[in-house]
Amino acid sequence: MRYDASNAIDATGLVKRFGKTTALAGVDLAARPGRVLALLGPNGAGKTTAVRILATLLRPDGGQATVCGYDVLRDAHQVRQLVGLTGQYASVDEGLSGTNNLIMIGRLLGLSRAQARARAAELLARFELTDAAGRIVKTYSGGMRRRLDLAASLVGSPRVLFLDEPTTGLDPNGRTDVWAMIRKLVTEGVTVLLTTQYLDEADQLAHDIVVIDRGKVIATGTPDELKARTGGQLLVVAPADPARLAEAAALLEALSGAEVATDAEAGAVSVPVADKAVAPRVVRELDDRGIELAEFTLRKPSLDEVFFTLTGHRTDGDDNETRELENSR
Amino acid sequence: MTAFAEAPAIPAPARRLGLGGGLRNTFTLTWRSVLKIKTNAEDVFGLSLQPIMYLVLFTYVFGGAISGGTHKYLQFSLPGILVLSVVFATLGTGLMLNQDITTGVFDRFRSLPIARWAPLAGAVLGDMVRYIISVAVTLGFGMILGFRIETTPLAAAAGCLLLLLFAVAMCWFSALIGLLVKTPQGVQLFGFLGMFPLVFGSNLLVPSDTMPGWLQAFVKVNPITALTGAERGLLTGGPVGTFALRSLLWALGIFLVFAPLAVRVYRRKT
Repeated sequence: MRYDASNAIDATGLVKRFGKTTALAGVDLAARPGRVLALLGPNGAGKTTAVRILATLLRPDGGQATVCGYDVLRDAHQVRQLVGLTGQYASVDEGLSGTNNLIMIGRLLGLSRAQARARAAELLARFELTDAAGRIVKTYSGGMRRRLDLAASLVGSPRVLFLDEPTTGLDPNGRTDVWAMIRKLVTEGVTVLLTTQYLDEADQLAHDIVVIDRGKVIATGTPDELKARTGGQLLVVAPADPARLAEAAALLEALSGAEVATDAEAGAVSVPVADKAVAPRVVRELDDRGIELAEFTLRKPSLDEVFFTLTGHRTDGDDNETRELENSR
Repeated sequence: MTAFAEAPAIPAPARRLGLGGGLRNTFTLTWRSVLKIKTNAEDVFGLSLQPIMYLVLFTYVFGGAISGGTHKYLQFSLPGILVLSVVFATLGTGLMLNQDITTGVFDRFRSLPIARWAPLAGAVLGDMVRYIISVAVTLGFGMILGFRIETTPLAAAAGCLLLLLFAVAMCWFSALIGLLVKTPQGVQLFGFLGMFPLVFGSNLLVPSDTMPGWLQAFVKVNPITALTGAERGLLTGGPVGTFALRSLLWALGIFLVFAPLAVRVYRRKT
């Protein structure tokens, strides 16, 4: 357990239970000031729960957390003055126009009417929403809504920004736009905590990554460190004759020394390979035994496979489940 | 993308927010509720159409049978229909709170350094405007149909004020349901389950003398009966004192029970 006041976000041993379900089973994380920390994990891993605790929306059952040195429980009011939150479920008011949404938040943050109006116009311009400023949010597209949500979380010029799955459900263009905006914020000195299910998103944006699964931190490091840990590449082999699948699996295991995943349905076996000599050796051995191939692929692992390597199980579960549990209380 | 100027400097975080700040938050959120009424055409439409529908239906369906004439019945029933419209309009408070929770708007409010009670108080204050619309439409359309105020304008104004006070108390019940139930449909269902027996188990639309004894006993203690009695007294003449006092006491009682409960549930969600 380590406490470092120089971190923008510091959490140790966070525990949260919803009834019998343990959403967080002792999570430690730290975000350096002015950097992006990605919380990477599948649905139901506990990412949203962690963000909600850090943003003072949820009380932890155990552990402690500070934001800019302020305790999220004891000094919640101060923390709220320093953070901005963009939820997974866009939390702008659909019944108001874009401008009025931002003016409302400015007024709630204590800006005068004129200041709130000016700030709203400035943010709408920044997020390319000026043309739609007067329209009711209900008529916005998903990407526009997400941009407005991001703008709403910036009205108070937060020092720490929580982004809970900021690009889920966006098309590739929308994603790229949001990424660019996050990068811009970081150059202005904002600390960002981002949750995501996408490995490439964490790879693109984050300085540090915390991988969590089933409420536990299973890996921490920079994107490069994590990629190295997953064995670098994944080798997939599918014999032309499905009857020889087990034979191929045994061969792969013997040559790579790693655990082999068998997908009987696709008639393929896969294994992480770190050693560059393994793939050629596998080809030679397969040829020697006369096993013909339907598929032979060497590629970067997907998040699913990274998880398999790190946890020994497939990504499963459903984040909505924890949210429902939360609401049912 | 345009250049991004620094926002007005935000001072070092304050330790707490005073009452003045809380009230300012409340007024901002009241402004929001009122804006939403303006932009939500369906709501305004429903809000005005409902009383008109009640008036037309009840006056012409029941009028002849109950009072032997529509004008005579309208004089009897309009105060009751005022009560009915306003009580049903309080359901809107619960619906809006529920919508705010399910759409995540409340999460945004809770992540802001504002008074914890401001979103609830703002919703309730903003709904006053809806009740005023409801009262104005009922009274106005009633007068078109032939209703006449037989007392003084001052008494009629007191009648409207009493209605609003009662509605502000009732909407905390609605708020509690909005906070406890998961979907808007649930809010409607539980709201009506709570409100129907109150509204129709009263002398609001018909005199109670033909009802069985047990029901008469319920009608007698029903707060809606007291409120309807007071409204009749204030709009068409007759005794006011005890009815008005009982309505006020009921309003206070309902407020004292449901407001703290709603605030507690709301805090627990926090």
